[in-house]
Amino acid sequence: MSVLEMIDTYWLYVLIGQYPNGPLGGLALTVLLAGSGLLLALPLGVLLGVARVSPRALVRRPVTALVYGVRGTPLLMVVFWAYFFLPAVTGHKTDQFNTMLAALVIFDAAYLAEIVRAGLQSLPDGQWQAARALGMSRGQALRLVLLPQALRHMLPSLVNQFASTIKATSLGTIIGLSELSFIAGQVNAQVLVQPVAVYGTLALCYFVMCFGLSQWAQGMERRSRV
Amino acid sequence: MPLLDFSPLLHGQFLDWLLAGVRLSLLLTLFALCLALPLGTLIALARLAPFAPLRAVAWGYVEAVRNVPLLAHMLFWYFAVPELLPDGLKAWLYAGHIEAVAALAALVTYTAAYMAEDVRSGLRSVPQGQWLAARALGLRHRDAMRWIVLPQALRATVPPLISQTLNLWKNTSIATVVGAAELMYQAQRVETASFRGFETFALATATYLGVSLLITAAGVLYQRRYPARPAAR
Repeated sequence: MSVLEMIDTYWLYVLIGQYPNGPLGGLALTVLLAGSGLLLALPLGVLLGVARVSPRALVRRPVTALVYGVRGTPLLMVVFWAYFFLPAVTGHKTDQFNTMLAALVIFDAAYLAEIVRAGLQSLPDGQWQAARALGMSRGQALRLVLLPQALRHMLPSLVNQFASTIKATSLGTIIGLSELSFIAGQVNAQVLVQPVAVYGTLALCYFVMCFGLSQWAQGMERRSRV
Repeated sequence: MPLLDFSPLLHGQFLDWLLAGVRLSLLLTLFALCLALPLGTLIALARLAPFAPLRAVAWGYVEAVRNVPLLAHMLFWYFAVPELLPDGLKAWLYAGHIEAVAALAALVTYTAAYMAEDVRSGLRSVPQGQWLAARALGLRHRDAMRWIVLPQALRATVPPLISQTLNLWKNTSIATVVGAAELMYQAQRVETASFRGFETFALATATYLGVSLLITAAGVLYQRRYPARPAAR
């Protein structure tokens, strides 16, 4: 089978999997998983990031331990824990999509927490003092003065985190989730004689998405510096 | 939740499997580090070379590698690259540990791209005056780089390189997709054979975390021993 024939036969499969005759898969599933993972992780990451700079040791220490723990563990390990824990906690079997989503949310939240922390710490101390001097409570100062500024500084990092999350979804393959890498494996098993073309295309798909995102983030950073 | 019982895992065959996994994970980390560090340094130097095409090639390498997941790299090295090799070499590879070799190749290319960026930012942190002074003394680009800029830059690069080593250690787990028998692979194997999923993965997680914390501690220690100096004027 030539490369062109291969592309002609499998492009729709790579794009959306067996949908609508079966579960959604391929590139569409990869993007959906990365997008929903990051969106769900964002509020959690902000909470953890704020807790990381809390003056109360009782709040700060456990969150710091959690962040260090998650960041010191391979994502693959987190995926396996989700695979085991979710059914034990919820009482019924969790499908691969939700398992992967849970792992990504935990993992991303830990990384986002560090981005939020850096964003908060990069703000001048005067912002805090001014907000407090105006009579705001700690919560109000955070919500109304500090976080909006920190989040704006964080935007380029967030876009880059989205690219990382897209790369991370590839681990879904290991638990049999039919995302892009899994589909590539299936196509390779069917075509058999074109591994270079199949896996080259797989790499190219990821490259186009992630390179595009990182260039966008760089552009944003350049504009905000002016 | 069933009662936790680690005893079946702590002796005999299961322990041997897990230990073999730890050993391969550590070996992969060590070999990949020894190969990726010089490669990354070379790429960083190429990215700052006075010759524009060389700069472009190095930039292309870094972007192409970093924007593709390591898992895709592993699959490519395992399934596709051997097809591109001459038959004799291919046969020799398949006779040996092709999984471990493919995993190592993927880890080296991937880590080198990240390390190249760390070394490059280290190089750029050396004050411009050092460059100008070296050049003014009549040193050529190559000699100024080798004797003046690179030694100072590498010192500034150690902390990010340590955190890159941490990533490398965690990334060895992905080698399980091509069947390299590292810790993750052996943990799955023990889990299947012993039906002790919680305990097996708890042990594996503790091992990953333990080594990660050791690497992090090395970074903290280095920064305490050699704190970043303000740039000399």
